[in-house]
Amino acid sequence: MSTSSANRALRIGAVAYDPKVVTIWEGFKPYFAKHGAEIDYVLYSTYDAQVDANLSGAVDVAWNSPLAWVKSQIVSRGACRAIAMRDSDRDLTTKIIVRASSTLSKLADLKGKTLAVGASDSPQATLIPLGLVADSGLDPRRDCRVLYHNVMVGKHGDHVGGERDAAKALASGAADAACVLDANYAVFINEGTLDPGATRVFATTPPFDHCNFTTRADLPEQRVKPFLGALLGMSFQDPEVRVFMELEGLKRWLPARTSGYAQLEKAVERFDFFGSAASSARS
Amino acid sequence: MPDSTPKSRLDLEDLALHEGATVLLRRVLSQLATGEWCEVCGDSADLASQLAAWCRKEGLRCESRQGVAGTYRIESAGPALAIHTSRGNVSETAALNWGLAPRGARIEKGGPDFGFTLRQKRDVWARELNAIYSQATANQWSAARDIPWPELPKLSTEVESAVGQIMTFLTENEFAALYVPARFIPRIHPHYREVVEVLAMQVVDEARHAEAFTRRAEAGCAGLGTTATSGQLSLKTLLEEPDFTTATFLLCVMGEGTFLTLLKFLAEHAPDPVTAMLVRLAHRDEARHVAFGTEHVRYVFEREPETRLSMAAAVERRSQMLASISGLSSYVHDALVVFAGGGISVSQIRTGSRHVAELQREMDRMRRERLQSLRFEPAVATTMSAYHTKNFM
Repeated sequence: MSTSSANRALRIGAVAYDPKVVTIWEGFKPYFAKHGAEIDYVLYSTYDAQVDANLSGAVDVAWNSPLAWVKSQIVSRGACRAIAMRDSDRDLTTKIIVRASSTLSKLADLKGKTLAVGASDSPQATLIPLGLVADSGLDPRRDCRVLYHNVMVGKHGDHVGGERDAAKALASGAADAACVLDANYAVFINEGTLDPGATRVFATTPPFDHCNFTTRADLPEQRVKPFLGALLGMSFQDPEVRVFMELEGLKRWLPARTSGYAQLEKAVERFDFFGSAASSARS
Repeated sequence: MPDSTPKSRLDLEDLALHEGATVLLRRVLSQLATGEWCEVCGDSADLASQLAAWCRKEGLRCESRQGVAGTYRIESAGPALAIHTSRGNVSETAALNWGLAPRGARIEKGGPDFGFTLRQKRDVWARELNAIYSQATANQWSAARDIPWPELPKLSTEVESAVGQIMTFLTENEFAALYVPARFIPRIHPHYREVVEVLAMQVVDEARHAEAFTRRAEAGCAGLGTTATSGQLSLKTLLEEPDFTTATFLLCVMGEGTFLTLLKFLAEHAPDPVTAMLVRLAHRDEARHVAFGTEHVRYVFEREPETRLSMAAAVERRSQMLASISGLSSYVHDALVVFAGGGISVSQIRTGSRHVAELQREMDRMRRERLQSLRFEPAVATTMSAYHTKNFM
């Protein structure tokens, strides 16, 4: 690492899945500066580009989707570190929902049926629930008709539009089942995308974790420590950052854990999601 | 060791979260202090999973009660930190962190900064705001409902053309009087809601006037007339004034004040009952706008008497900007002469010209009177009135 990069503000990579990403990081910048951890941020339009940037040292810390975390670990052969996550990133589940009148009762019943999912690269609305279906013995890509809703591919399902479209496909009869994140299921009912009582939960994935801040393992501790200290010290009661925490969807930052990515790792491998990139990294 | 004994219990029975259980949960949790626990039970389908997802989103700790199916414990995060405000207390400076909240509301801390630039009471306030607003809401009229359109007679082509030209002039002035307050409304901190309300009514009034005057022109055989460049230039200087008090002074006191005299003149000489009714109703509205402008400027002058100098300078500055303009557009002048004279015969033109000259003298007299009521020295008031745009607004 050059002297200049050692002294520069810590560069955070973030994916611009929405214009609010600028608001959030512009809002956080003065907070970190005030707490002795000067940061700057760099926006990417896809997680793939952000993973490349993080592994090549163009950024120091990447605010990664779970799939970007898994890819970082595959490509770097485990040379990355997850340092922090939101309280809301832990223990998510995805529901496979069906119409209330559906006769489907077990995952194997999905054979020959249409399963609506989110974007092809969405961990929560596609890869993890398809992994659950695969665990039942079906190959969803062969035995079911998977109806993708590719809203903003490259952004790993951060945009809720794909999931909403999957729910709409179920409501309209275009699909027999749909995969939606647990919290979004309630949102879709409350906002009217799904009629209350018109659907039921057919299957639920085991809990999994979502985003994390990822660094390369060789990033010196003295670069990480001030940022991590300020991040974990951030309070939802602090008026200076509250609105940005609201926009980012958390009440507290927590130290990262990596135990919640097993389902996604398994799905990525099972569906050969990264193809040759993963193979060449492993060889 | 913290006390984890539940301080309250909530039985949701078979009520699911999407059926409204979150309403009851929030009510119970809001009664608890930070760190206190609520025991929740229920037997709706998928309650455990729904509660877990909801608590994660709310940032609350949720645990299943060991050995008791369908029973959970949720730790309260306590009430959100909030600022308590007073309905009746109008502050000299409005706080940036109030957002769009009305006075008297509890405001959660940490809201976004809307960047309201007019947030000093002195910047915008006036006496009689409630009375002006009440009158405005009570006196709203409709061009479709309250004007006797069927009573519009067929006028001579010359007089009807004059009416169309005057209506064109009035409409463009109404638009200026609409845009000026509309530009300032989003800059005013909602702590001073009474001012926002009065200005919003002013915008509505002007929109109605523009519609009604256009409709009158189109109802006759002549249609709309011509808009003069000189008039546009004069109105543009009004729209470009960046300071609220100065813009209010130029628009409401000097401009709309002058228009009161014009509307009264038009009512007196109106060739038909429709035109007469329109300008009378518009006059009633404009009087409120003048009242607001006068009261706001008076409020400022009482606190900062030296602001009178700025206002006098603003009138002179506007006059210099418009110095190369010959005065009232000939379209409008000639139309007023025909309108007041009742036609284009020599005697009618002579009569009309005399009335228009009297109108301009009356406008000057009323402006001076209004300025003196604001404690401008008579000599200053005379100079300012003379500097006022010849385009009336």
